[in-house]
Amino acid sequence: MSKQRTAAIVNGDPVEFLSDPGQTLLDVLRDELHLTGSKEGCGSGDCGACSVIMDGRLVCSCLVLAAEVEGCRVETIEGLSTGSTLHPLQQKFLDHAALQCGFCTPGILMASKALLDANPDPTESEARYWLAGNLCRCTGYDKIIKAVLDAAAELRQDRKSA
Amino acid sequence: MAQLSYLSPSSVDDAVKALSGPSARALSGGTDLLVQVRSGRAKPDQIVDLKRIPGLIGIRSENGGFVIGSATCGAMLSEHATLSKIWPGIVEAANLIGSTQVQGRASLGGNLCNASPAADSVPALIAARAICVIAGPAGTREAAVETIVTGPGKTSLAAGEFIIAFKLPPRGPRSSDAYLRMIPRTEMDIAVAGAAVSLALDTDGVCTSAFVALSAVAPTALLVAEAGQALIGSRLEAAALTRMEEAVRGACQPISDKRGTADYRTKIAAVLAHRAAVIAWNRAKEQA
Repeated sequence: MSKQRTAAIVNGDPVEFLSDPGQTLLDVLRDELHLTGSKEGCGSGDCGACSVIMDGRLVCSCLVLAAEVEGCRVETIEGLSTGSTLHPLQQKFLDHAALQCGFCTPGILMASKALLDANPDPTESEARYWLAGNLCRCTGYDKIIKAVLDAAAELRQDRKSA
Repeated sequence: MAQLSYLSPSSVDDAVKALSGPSARALSGGTDLLVQVRSGRAKPDQIVDLKRIPGLIGIRSENGGFVIGSATCGAMLSEHATLSKIWPGIVEAANLIGSTQVQGRASLGGNLCNASPAADSVPALIAARAICVIAGPAGTREAAVETIVTGPGKTSLAAGEFIIAFKLPPRGPRSSDAYLRMIPRTEMDIAVAGAAVSLALDTDGVCTSAFVALSAVAPTALLVAEAGQALIGSRLEAAALTRMEEAVRGACQPISDKRGTADYRTKIAAVLAHRAAVIAWNRAKEQA
């Protein structure tokens, strides 16, 4: 079977890639576009380590075929910071030590960004439910949730003063 | 996956042709299909992505009811304020499926055609008396949701057929629905048992119509006609609820597995139906 050509916007940049029909968006991000921040944990949509934002919606990139993103906008962890300035979520994860091994972190950061895009002032409960599809096996969730809520507060403050 | 091909037709006719092959599979959100392809459980030679067909994604009002494109994701259902107000049971059932990530992809059409006995949205659609609009080589036909799944992993859809949309009937005042499921944790699990109730009340709060449907207690989701009938004419007094629970238990034919024993599933299905009926009744009273 011949490869398919797909054009999409990844982190604001137009990209074109060739993929086999069975290749996932995650495969293409990592192996063709060399954006290795998105991780493959389970490959079955259970762990959330491969989370990216596709046309404004949080998805597991392991459950999206590469060819499905034709014409779509994809946001990955590589696009979260602005140059060398960390996104407030990234900074708060460092401040709160909300990571240990870091494998789940890119997915949790993208899931958290999607949360704060949709809901700038989530309750702790809302944040926990939103992130239920992101598994962390070493840090524990308390620090992660504190970092997300702290980042949300800072982003709200930034918005007010802007 | 060497021989796999991917097509994303932009018309119903092209999709029907593409799905007529011997091992073609329709792709909607992919949250079940891609997992099955990866594990080797499904071995399609062709994946036909339905999402580029006009109307497959979206919610519109038609003839006093709603038409929901079969590939519309769960998140879009809960974002639709009117649908959520009129059919809260369908929306809450669909939103129980998987994580936020899964909600961005998984659809009613996929949940139904994956044909799991434990599919959460299916009993809610059945209780709502939803109708599937099905495209196929012989044209378009309509069928009640409960006629689609014939057993675990099996559907009554013929080669080349796929579901375009779900039609929800017009809803009068004092009508509502609810879905509850039992899982041993708070999120991200598959139903041990589930129950959906949809009902309509008169101005005195008396049930004029009621439908009860169950998940995970039989090879397919069940519409339990006697359970609904037990509620009609009542204001959900204890005697009516007891009769409904008996009808629910009588309809259950579950398996015992790691999620629960047959006895437990039977017992809990009646408890869930009771609670869902009360929730639907209270919601209906609020719907002027």
